[in-house]
Amino acid sequence: MSTTQRIRTILAEHGRLDADASALDENADLYQAGMTSHASVNVMLALEGAFDIEFPDHLLKRSVFESIAAIRDAVDSLAPQ
Amino acid sequence: MPATAYDAAAFAEGLRRHGLVVPSGVRGVIGRSAVFEGVVTAFDAAVRRLARDDGAEEVHFPPTLPRALVERTGYMESFPQLAGAVHSFFGSELEARALCACIHAGEPWSDRLGMTDVMLTPAVCYPVYPTFAGTLPHEGRLATSLGWVFRHEPSDEPTRLQSFRMREYIRAGTPDQVVAWRNDWLERALGLLRALELPVRSDIANDPFFGKGGRMLAVNQREQQLKFEVLVPVISEEAPTAICSFNWHQDKFATVFGIHAADGAIANTACLGFGLERIAMALFQAHGFDPAQWPAAVRDVLWP
Repeated sequence: MSTTQRIRTILAEHGRLDADASALDENADLYQAGMTSHASVNVMLALEGAFDIEFPDHLLKRSVFESIAAIRDAVDSLAPQ
Repeated sequence: MPATAYDAAAFAEGLRRHGLVVPSGVRGVIGRSAVFEGVVTAFDAAVRRLARDDGAEEVHFPPTLPRALVERTGYMESFPQLAGAVHSFFGSELEARALCACIHAGEPWSDRLGMTDVMLTPAVCYPVYPTFAGTLPHEGRLATSLGWVFRHEPSDEPTRLQSFRMREYIRAGTPDQVVAWRNDWLERALGLLRALELPVRSDIANDPFFGKGGRMLAVNQREQQLKFEVLVPVISEEAPTAICSFNWHQDKFATVFGIHAADGAIANTACLGFGLERIAMALFQAHGFDPAQWPAAVRDVLWP
């Protein structure tokens, strides 16, 4: 499964989105799509578990989790090379 | 003229030596003298004079609230380390004897207790939100309450109490209504505190959310400017003490409790709180331990 696909799966499970995570545009604003602050925390923790990564403090901000593309950039930057 | 150098131990000792506070033996749990209470009462009255024409509905609650209410708000997701859940004994007489035997033997006994239906009130505004449920009038609603709150954060800092009082105002309405109200009150509060000759400033703030997820929530809260505090040096000039907070919850509580604006949309809420013990302490630090010696202008605001 691609990174994007795995992110969509995590969003579907933890993002509490009003929209269908599998069909959402990569650049769509997830907060606009209904993701609350608490849901974004659950998404972050689920991403850490699924990708075996750890978000450093400087990435624990709203913009990092605002879209599928932004999440993928962060995951790619943290994944073991 | 500050009562002491900006130093936690010196200030704590000053409060104690002047008989203003009575240590209990547990950090952050204090008794207070009549003079201390006189300052708390006078400051609260000054706030209420300021808000006299606002038409706030006054409501009073005990320092406990339904556990189910706390559970619904998501408090345990954000602040499990601060919560106080009341436990009591539900067993037989024989089991009670066994519990006491544990106590006398110096052994743990919490596993012999069970959870009750109540928690210690974490913030004065919490029991107010359910009273806003339903559709608000066009102008929204405004309530006020004074009560005891509990935060499990034992500390030697004299200003960090586990049990303390807040005078809160709680607003529900449209987003524009509650944000305008919050911003207006920030200026009013700064005006009142400056009239009391306290060296205050306001700043963007965040709540002490738990854990790594909490750091993310804190950044979110600051980025969106959801919380402001009024700060004043009491025990440190570099790390001033928060004595008021102004919080915009967006639709968080409104969604949980079913609060709708007049147009049917989900409402927004905001609250502001004055930390009464901390404000009294800030006044003692700024003007000395004897209120009879405080500047006349300050006394006139408190005791008109």
